[in-house]
Amino acid sequence: MPYVVTDLCTGCRYTECVSVCPVECFHIDDAMTYIDPQHCIDCGGCVPVCPVGAIKAAHKLPPDKVEWIEINRRRAAETPVVASRLPPLPGADERKKAIVLR
Amino acid sequence: MIPEAFPLQRAAGRYRVAIVGGGPSGFYAAEALLRSGQSVDVDMFERLPVPYGLVRFGVAPDHPKLKQVTRVFDRIAEMPGFRFFGGVEIGKMPSIGALRPCYHAVILATGAPVSRLMDVPGEGLPGSYQAGDFVAWYNGHPDFRHCKFDLGTERVVIIGHGNVALDVARMLAKTPDELCHTDIAAHALDALAASRVRDIYLVGRRGPDQTRFAAKELQEFEELADCDLLVDLDDFQGLTSGPGADTEAEAALTMLRAFSTRPIAKRRRCVFLFGLSPLGIEGDGHVQRILLSQRQLNAQAISSRNIAIDCGLLFSSIGRRAAPISGIPYDEARGVYANIAGRLAADGGALPGLYACGWGKRGPQGTIGTNRACSAETVANVLADLPQLGEPPRHPDSLLGGKSIPRYVDYPAWGRIDAEEVARGRPKGKPREKFIAVDEMFAATSEASHVEP
Repeated sequence: MPYVVTDLCTGCRYTECVSVCPVECFHIDDAMTYIDPQHCIDCGGCVPVCPVGAIKAAHKLPPDKVEWIEINRRRAAETPVVASRLPPLPGADERKKAIVLR
Repeated sequence: MIPEAFPLQRAAGRYRVAIVGGGPSGFYAAEALLRSGQSVDVDMFERLPVPYGLVRFGVAPDHPKLKQVTRVFDRIAEMPGFRFFGGVEIGKMPSIGALRPCYHAVILATGAPVSRLMDVPGEGLPGSYQAGDFVAWYNGHPDFRHCKFDLGTERVVIIGHGNVALDVARMLAKTPDELCHTDIAAHALDALAASRVRDIYLVGRRGPDQTRFAAKELQEFEELADCDLLVDLDDFQGLTSGPGADTEAEAALTMLRAFSTRPIAKRRRCVFLFGLSPLGIEGDGHVQRILLSQRQLNAQAISSRNIAIDCGLLFSSIGRRAAPISGIPYDEARGVYANIAGRLAADGGALPGLYACGWGKRGPQGTIGTNRACSAETVANVLADLPQLGEPPRHPDSLLGGKSIPRYVDYPAWGRIDAEEVARGRPKGKPREKFIAVDEMFAATSEASHVEP
């Protein structure tokens, strides 16, 4: 059971997860990151470092987020690996505040 | 001396960096150096003939998926410019001082191998051990293969509420069927199969809201085949997490609360106790009980009383620190090499050409991948400093042969050890049967491979 990036990442894309991933299993597009389930080794290191809590264990996803398992699998196959941390997307900090207060 | 005097001096104009230690932080430092786009050659020195450090000797045998990270280390080892020298202990022969003239920079990636002591009377009585020794033993570390733990006792106490304590408890709690298809050392599987342990007490100084347990590791206790969970939350019913609470500790508390309501029906019990500080260990020639001070939280006041838990085996798991090295500045308070963002520093000034990464730099914390960011930070400073560091007067190959480095295991030779271990494990349904003696490891590098044709 790998870990999964959910839609909370969309528009923030802090990429703290990337800097602590031991196996470089994060992929990226213009909106967010995705975890390649083939390469994730379930270390869980990315979960606590995500500023918006976007990453969850696949088996712990609430029903309305389960679709993200398949989205991660598909998008990881279609997008490039990101090997090191990038600046967050514009507006990420404002979005984070909104998410944390929600 | 002028470089021309050394015909071995290959690749003029390339930087040479030595990494001492072949665990995760060392590999990630090598990766950052070799990917930097600069002309850098990396020599990694590992005390044991085999690489991977705590991924091989720390990660528990029942966590096979985590060990897949070794594939990443193998890819790093294939990068041009990388050499591995296994079975070479820096500090004995050769020393850091002998490495320095051969390299522009030396990075210590030697981890935190020294267990912190409880510092109470009776510590070290037969039956009282460091958790780290037990971990190294069940993982087949050559230095610990002769250890004997008194598994004929019924009650074991583990002091400390971190993930190493959980590993020790889980290994004691599991049945032979739950362990026999892992890469656990054969001697440990035999000893644990004969274990008479029934009660495993996990004792922590602080409350259930302040453990260092990873929720993910706690969760595995729910799946134990023959071990119940008891969590004593009597003194901690009213706990609520305040603002800014550590999310991981909060998740652990939620898990512990769930444990406290589970039914009791199995042969073994794992008991989580909180608010207890060790006062002393008693026993006539062998551990018989541990004395603890119990913190009591009443409405306003905090008081304490002393209690004793009878036990025949005791593990302390309260942290680790880097091993002091002569001539290397040491931060006693933190138990790490004194450093500023990875640059070793003494009296406020950096020591040119000397660096640290991993647990020896930041202390024993984080997951495997935390070392990636940690080593990348150190390497960024190495790369910034390299142009100012003098050309090393000697060539590293001058260390090879003779008495400095009489023999070593390179990466292809490790590949032969690896193949042999995997072949040895196959008939037992184990992912590998590790060699547990250094001489066995060296011998396996020269034998014809027994892997199928």
